[in-house]
Amino acid sequence: MEVSSPRTLAEALDEMGAQPATVPLAGGTDLMVAINFGRERPERVMALRRVEELHELTVNRRVRCGAGVTYTRLLEAVRDPAMVQAARTVGSPQIRNAGTLGGNLGTCSPAGDTLPVLAALDAEVVVRSAAGAERRLNLGEWMRGPKKSARRPEELVVAAEWDPAGSSQAFLKAGTRNAMVIAVANLALVVDRVRRRVGLAMGSVGPTILRAQAAEDFARGLFEEAGWERPHRPSPAAAERFGALCAEAAAPIDDVRGTAAYRRHVVAVMARRALARTAAAV
Amino acid sequence: MPRPDAPAKVRGAFDFASDLRAEGMLYGRTVRSPHPHAVVRRIDTAAAAALPGVRAVLTAADVPGKPFYGLDKVRDQPVLVGVGETVRYAGEAIAVVAADHPEQARAAAAAVAVDYEVLEPLTDPVQALAQGSSLRNLVIRRGNPEAVAEVVVKGFYEVGQQDQAPLGPEAGLAIPDGEGGVDLWIATQALHVDLRQVADALALPPERCRLRLAGVGGAFGAREDLSMQIHGCLLALRTGRPVKMWYGRDESFVGHVHRHPAWMWYEHGADREGNLVYVRATIVLDGGAYASSSHAVVANAAIFGCGPYRVPNVLMWCGAARTNHVPNGAMRGFGAVQSCFAHESQMDRLAAAVGISPLEIRLRNAMRSGDRLITGQVVSGAAPVADLIRRCAELPLPPPAEGRMALPGGAGNLAEAADISRGEGWALGYKNIAYSEGSDDYATARVRLERRNGHAVALVKTAAAEVGQGLVTVCQQIARTELGVEEVELEPADTLIGDAGSSSASRQTWMTGGAVREAARLVAEEVLKRAGPPGRGLAGGQVVDDEGAPLAPLALLLDEPIEREFEHHHRQTGKLDEDGQGDAHVSFMFVAQRAVVDVDPEAGLARVAQVATVQDVGLAINPLQVHGQIEGAVAQGVGLATMEEIQTREGLIRNASFTDYLLPTAVDMPEIVSELVEEAEPDAPYGAKGVGEPPLIASPAAICAAMRAASGRELCRIPVRPEELSGVSETKPPRELIPGQPPA
Ligand SMILES: Cc1cc2nc3c(=O)[nH]c(=O)nc-3n(C[C@H](O)[C@H](O)[C@H](O)COP(=O)(O)OP(=O)(O)OC[C@H]3O[C@@H](n4cnc5c(N)ncnc54)[C@H](O)[C@@H]3O)c2cc1C
Repeated sequence: MEVSSPRTLAEALDEMGAQPATVPLAGGTDLMVAINFGRERPERVMALRRVEELHELTVNRRVRCGAGVTYTRLLEAVRDPAMVQAARTVGSPQIRNAGTLGGNLGTCSPAGDTLPVLAALDAEVVVRSAAGAERRLNLGEWMRGPKKSARRPEELVVAAEWDPAGSSQAFLKAGTRNAMVIAVANLALVVDRVRRRVGLAMGSVGPTILRAQAAEDFARGLFEEAGWERPHRPSPAAAERFGALCAEAAAPIDDVRGTAAYRRHVVAVMARRALARTAAAV
Repeated sequence: MPRPDAPAKVRGAFDFASDLRAEGMLYGRTVRSPHPHAVVRRIDTAAAAALPGVRAVLTAADVPGKPFYGLDKVRDQPVLVGVGETVRYAGEAIAVVAADHPEQARAAAAAVAVDYEVLEPLTDPVQALAQGSSLRNLVIRRGNPEAVAEVVVKGFYEVGQQDQAPLGPEAGLAIPDGEGGVDLWIATQALHVDLRQVADALALPPERCRLRLAGVGGAFGAREDLSMQIHGCLLALRTGRPVKMWYGRDESFVGHVHRHPAWMWYEHGADREGNLVYVRATIVLDGGAYASSSHAVVANAAIFGCGPYRVPNVLMWCGAARTNHVPNGAMRGFGAVQSCFAHESQMDRLAAAVGISPLEIRLRNAMRSGDRLITGQVVSGAAPVADLIRRCAELPLPPPAEGRMALPGGAGNLAEAADISRGEGWALGYKNIAYSEGSDDYATARVRLERRNGHAVALVKTAAAEVGQGLVTVCQQIARTELGVEEVELEPADTLIGDAGSSSASRQTWMTGGAVREAARLVAEEVLKRAGPPGRGLAGGQVVDDEGAPLAPLALLLDEPIEREFEHHHRQTGKLDEDGQGDAHVSFMFVAQRAVVDVDPEAGLARVAQVATVQDVGLAINPLQVHGQIEGAVAQGVGLATMEEIQTREGLIRNASFTDYLLPTAVDMPEIVSELVEEAEPDAPYGAKGVGEPPLIASPAAICAAMRAASGRELCRIPVRPEELSGVSETKPPRELIPGQPPA
């Protein structure tokens, strides 16, 4: 196995272009596990840790989070509550110190905890190659299937970008263990009271991250009615309906981590709670 | 009292078996069957042998001695499954390879071509028993098995398959001695038990195989059976080079036995006051493909299957099915954990039916010294069960959960305090100490007292395995106490001394501790003989008189070192007769527990807030270590109650990694409040009972009871899964059986 360690993004992209079979390595918290289990035996590995550009993190009018930003840094710098809560649920302190947003996007698992948040925020995944122009994809375009992304062999994920959406956001994750657990189901709800936008996305309940559009529309109606700028308490019937719409949008399966029936059920529970929390927060 | 191995372990400097290396060492790897049931038609090793760096590829044909190993009297497990022979579980070893580099060994193992004729696996243990595929059936009849009662409760209970999950996977290093013999450095629970099987397979006299204890990274029963011992030695002897083998985590899941999963049908009858009249029960255990220790696990599940209560009339049927699953065998609690979940759930049902509290029903029926087990055996030693219950009830309750991480769902950010309800549950557990049913249980120790730099030093040698439990500290303490010296050194454990038996069954403090005490007493006797009157004892490095006044430094009497060896046998036990009656056990240890669990009933998630535990220990030789054992055992109980389960489908393990076999983290650990009851056990050295197992016997049952109380759901299966705790689904018995009757 060959290992390279470029220092600039240009160098890294050149190398990816010249040797498209190269496997990028960020924190290694997915890749090294795959290697350990013998599921992957890459011929060439490119360590990205030294590529400065990938560590950039700005949170002004628009958030730009470099692919190499770790969860620990995300937690300190990013203010979107759903993203903070998602980052906080990832692994253990050791994993959060090493694991990156780019790695979560690279692995592209339906259980990746930041992915529903990026979807609900309408974030853009920024990818680049040495030859081509920069491409910007939303999460639906990026994620093609379980562990299948739209990344071309010569491309690297450079960053994710989104507009900060205020404090009416929630991320919830159900798992059998109280920490360091892969989501049996997770859910992000972003209510942007300024832009009057609702984003709802769920993970681990389908082959990709799923948006619940009917639920988003329904919630928009609720906020419209209650007034976007005011906190409110959704009626039990409204919460019930919202939960049911999310459950309907889920397409879960039975696997070792949980049953489809439970996933559908807990999605509704999480949706109701997320709605109550975001409605209460202004 | 510092543990001799603690500083290195804390600093990360301790050599575990997987850290071993030797000059010129090769790496061994095992070729395993992907099928749970198949006949091996052909094995082609040529391609593997031709790969770079490959030094040996061995199959069953290369086993010089006895081709079977196992713990039972009938050794039934093939060292390697040969051509024409049958594979009985997925993961069974077919061939072993040795190469210069681990990657080469991996490639070679993958290149061994095996043709299988795939057969239908037998995976339903109830059906297996019904068709006579059994490792042991045991019936216990006591009083009137057909007794009737005013209050009757019935229930079905299920326990999933738990992994011992020691952090250190199986590992060892075999070094040929150049004269046809071999030294094996191995992480094991019982050096001599391994030795007998290894020497037989290698066709070597036992003295030419020397087994030496390597650093053991946890055991919990997983190291009772052999893993790489014979394979590593075969490769080392064939290549003439040291061979190291260690399993990855995925391999470890098929590389050791697990806790028997259980299906249990119970019926309890009582009078209107809640006094037990009868228990009838059928317990089905899945023994997997080979015997391992199923024989003894069946006995324990059945004998302790009614709990520490007075039960006049019993009909108990317990069997271990032989199926095409990875063999099940020893794990901390050893059969008693499974049936405890059933009998304690039943006691709660009975309490509800009678209209008294869970505490009261247990107090009314609690076993006392002089009572009889359901096998008719009189409990001759301490049995302070009622006392344990009362003291446990007095322990403080935990405050309400505060902060996100303390709520069910924890880091998942799922619950608010308003979503939570709290429940309390009770369980009693008990179990035997040491080997049973007539086996000659003994341990050997050698104690040497010598002079070094002018002062007396004691050296203690045994073959007993330190597996993390702290036996090393206990042996040192005993030698210090008996010889009155400060400096005690433990010599390495190996087979150059006599057998110590296994570090299991909560027995080593009693057995090896007892052997050290007796050997030390023989040494002390000799010292006093040399000192002559009025020397009466040893203390503070001095020979002392009747009043404890110093007479002479011990070291002055050691011109010649003194060395004594002692073989300590415990009181002979008996066999069970055809009604399951007999004095099969030597002694019993009891525990009472109260669990407090917070449940999010809507989401189906739980967090154990507190486990209060009061344990009957005889005497706590090292209280800190006893509390350590309690905390570790409760952690495993939390795991079994809430998340730990090996999931198998059609004979294949689906979650052979710590990604999907979930173990409790620090966040999942409850507060533990514990108390010890010290009522000296008459037969035991210093009156000390074993301590390692009881907290794990009761805690799964207590935790599940608390989850029932909090959620109002039946919950007849552990681990309790979110879909059951939330009411999305419910476990049903695989079929209807009449409690007490075998599956037909
Ligand atoms: C114990 C443990 C607990 C975990 N818990 C969680 C959890 O709770 N939630 C969760 O979502 N995940 C969890 N994970 C998975 C993992 O930590 C995350 O997916 C993490 O974000 C991966 O980031 P990384 O930097 O370590 O990626 P790496 O392992 O370095 O890479 C992952 C993949 O992304 C590719 N990649 C990395 N960077 C780039 C890039 N810039 N451009 C293109 N491709 C790239 C790599 O080639 C590889 O295929 C856990 C992992 C472990 C070991």
